[in-house]
Amino acid sequence: MTVIINDEGLSTPEKEITYERADTLNKATCALDISADQDLNALSDYLETLTLIRIEFASFADGRGFSLARILRLMGFSGHLRAYGHVISDQYAMARRSGFDDVEVSKALATRQPEAEWLFRSNWSAHDYQTRLRKSA
Amino acid sequence: MYKYNDFDHAFVTSRNAQFREQVNRRISGALSEDEFKPLRLMNGLYLQLHAYMLRVAIPYGTLNSAQMRQLAMIADRWDKGYGHFTTRQNIQFNWTKLQDVPDILDALAEVEMHAIQTSGNTIRNVTADHFAGAAADEIVDPRIYAELIRQWSTDHPEFQFLPRKFKVAVTGAKQDRAVIHAHDIGLQIIEQNCILGMRVIIGGGLGRTPMIGKVIREFVAMDDILPYLESVVSVWNLLGRRDNKYKARIKITIHENGIDEFSRLVDERFALIRPSFQGFDQTLLSEFSDAFIAPKFQRFDLSAFDARYQGDPNFRSWVDTNITAHKQADYAIATISLKSHGETPGDASSAQMRRIADLAETYSYDELRISHEQNIVMPHVQKAHLPDVYDALRAIGLATGNIGLISDIIACPGMDYCALATARSIPIAQNIATHFDALKLEHDIGPLKIKISGCINACGHHHVGHIGILGLDRAGIENYQIMLGGDGTETPAIGERTGPGFGADEVIPAIERLIHFYLNERLAPSETFLECYRRLGLGPFKTALYETEQSKARANAA
Amino acid sequence: MPRPIFDQIITANALLAGDVVYFTAADTWTRDMQKAEVFSDEAIAQVRLIEAMAQANVIVGAYLMPIQHTKDGHAPTHFREEVRTKGPSNYAHGKQEQSHV
Ligand code: HEM
Ligand code: SF4
Repeated sequence: MTVIINDEGLSTPEKEITYERADTLNKATCALDISADQDLNALSDYLETLTLIRIEFASFADGRGFSLARILRLMGFSGHLRAYGHVISDQYAMARRSGFDDVEVSKALATRQPEAEWLFRSNWSAHDYQTRLRKSA
Repeated sequence: MYKYNDFDHAFVTSRNAQFREQVNRRISGALSEDEFKPLRLMNGLYLQLHAYMLRVAIPYGTLNSAQMRQLAMIADRWDKGYGHFTTRQNIQFNWTKLQDVPDILDALAEVEMHAIQTSGNTIRNVTADHFAGAAADEIVDPRIYAELIRQWSTDHPEFQFLPRKFKVAVTGAKQDRAVIHAHDIGLQIIEQNCILGMRVIIGGGLGRTPMIGKVIREFVAMDDILPYLESVVSVWNLLGRRDNKYKARIKITIHENGIDEFSRLVDERFALIRPSFQGFDQTLLSEFSDAFIAPKFQRFDLSAFDARYQGDPNFRSWVDTNITAHKQADYAIATISLKSHGETPGDASSAQMRRIADLAETYSYDELRISHEQNIVMPHVQKAHLPDVYDALRAIGLATGNIGLISDIIACPGMDYCALATARSIPIAQNIATHFDALKLEHDIGPLKIKISGCINACGHHHVGHIGILGLDRAGIENYQIMLGGDGTETPAIGERTGPGFGADEVIPAIERLIHFYLNERLAPSETFLECYRRLGLGPFKTALYETEQSKARANAA
Repeated sequence: MPRPIFDQIITANALLAGDVVYFTAADTWTRDMQKAEVFSDEAIAQVRLIEAMAQANVIVGAYLMPIQHTKDGHAPTHFREEVRTKGPSNYAHGKQEQSHV
């Protein structure tokens, strides 16, 4: 069982989503699961047809997923981006700022890190040096 | 100096609130130690042998008197009345308690300081030439750009969980005082066709596999610098090894993939990232240029200075050793040595910090610098004031005239504090300093950099010491390996290992043999130790180092 | 399991103060090495280490350290542990300071 976290708080996934892996990726694929070592160039032809990409965090200490999310956004992916696995509440703002829409974690993790801790960082767009540095002159 | 704006204040306040809450969650058990550790490290908090150590950033080494006084207050209130200045322009408090750290961070925020990203696998405190804004050989003050990089790297959402730490240093001068060749990225500001830009050196680093950085780009224009840096770190974040932390630093990534391939990937990423920077970073640069504008320098009557210089040999010696030429003729850059013979390199008591703060306020336009050689710099002192500064420093035991000499030693905390250490480094430094001071040889020996680390991590820069000393644990006994010929300046070199190590009580005689050999061999007193080493090579020095009375006797008998 | 050459005790750093502590037979932590529980048997030591590590809200980084028996009680066998039981050599701080008060 997993839990979805977004700016509103915690919720359980409404419906079962079938994720495909990159090796079976085709133009009809809607939802794709990728791990942190995925070569993003291999996805470039499918970014317009995919609606959901879930990036796996095997460990919260492995920050590759943040760069992957950002690169996907820069490549033009405008669908839903989900961080999945070992992500902790302290990383919520990082995930949102890197381009993720939400985070999916195990029930066990969500029990240890209850909703209030995630909502504590739901103001992720405040105090962000990056947005400021990048805006136009 | 750069002043926080509302944005910076709000950011640090919210960060401190987050950390306070993280500490509470660690204490309540909501966060495991495994999860808390990277979070505390992101806020500069280590657990050492005897206590928590808080590492506070001194961005590009610049400090005003109010900040120095606050550091003294923190040392008295929450530590044991002193602080340790490090080679990466930080100050470390060795005796903090976990539950006090949020309060310490709030106290730092009051004077626009923090401990963010002084540790952990993230982009660390950006360091710069400690003579920035005062040096004669400078194109432009590097702190303007270091501040831009500080803001860009601070809390960067992609780069808080990198494969390993990432260190950036900037210089605006020809002479490299920021060790840019031993950083993950070293930046040298240069001018090309009247456009300011940076020479980008990548993949330097010490530690287990020491490497001198390579030039990845001879010139990156200033308006491309943030996207370029971001591309480098982004490529490394995905490519750097995560299976082995000893192979995770960018130097290994570049070594394994080749600089050409790495550079190609960076260019590809740059094309993607560049359009996302729409120009505000350049607006900020002009703001920062105003913040770092040089004081209005004047001309002064130097007769009092000249008289004291002629009449007082102690003062003259201090001036000759600790003063560096300022870009303005009637001014001086005064380096305050934190290496009094026999004291712990880099330590300053709270009383000394307060007195130094007073001096900065009175004599140096309220500015101080921390050098990577663990000394404190007063960047803009009128020469006419040097006698007063000297007298005031003498009164607090800080007028040691040994900058750049054998007792101006860099030493890491070593086994006296550090949980990773394999041997002590502080006592070795203390003993070398007192020994050569007693021999009164220091000035005769001339420029010599000794650098000591208490383990292979090389926090004491031993690979770039003219004489480098590495403390190891050989079957439960401290053992010290000696390296020669290292150089951390614009003529960089990694020192060469001489051979088997020495026991703690054999180190001083070993160093003495090297020094005597040098004194006998040098062509003239003007030939420095390093020059002499470069002329003769490792061989003869090595012979001198291992030539003990016993080995001589053995040779004679044979 | 074979009997290790040295007897062992369990040490860690306190979560809040960060200072050096030792595990006692009563499942508590003491700042005095002489009050630590001593293990001659490796298997028992391993079991106790797991129990000690479970107190993650009180301590950080528990591990077994060898000791030797001297006329003044248990003493460390390695200089790293000597530094931990005394404090740094450049100032009289740490445990050496507390033992004066
Ligand atoms: C006392 C706690 C400290 C710990 C636990 C610590 C840890 C480390 C580690 C693990 C490395 C090796 C990194 C690598 O090779 O990937 C390292 C390198 C380094 N540290 Fe420290 N350090 C400490 C104190 C200091 C101090 C006091 C200084 C400054 C005096 C310092 C400055 C550096 C520098 C300059 C390097 C080598 C340059 C490089 O990163 O390649 N560290 N440190
Ligand atoms: S070199 Fe080793 S002993 Fe010295 S501070 Fe770094 S990690 Fe500690």
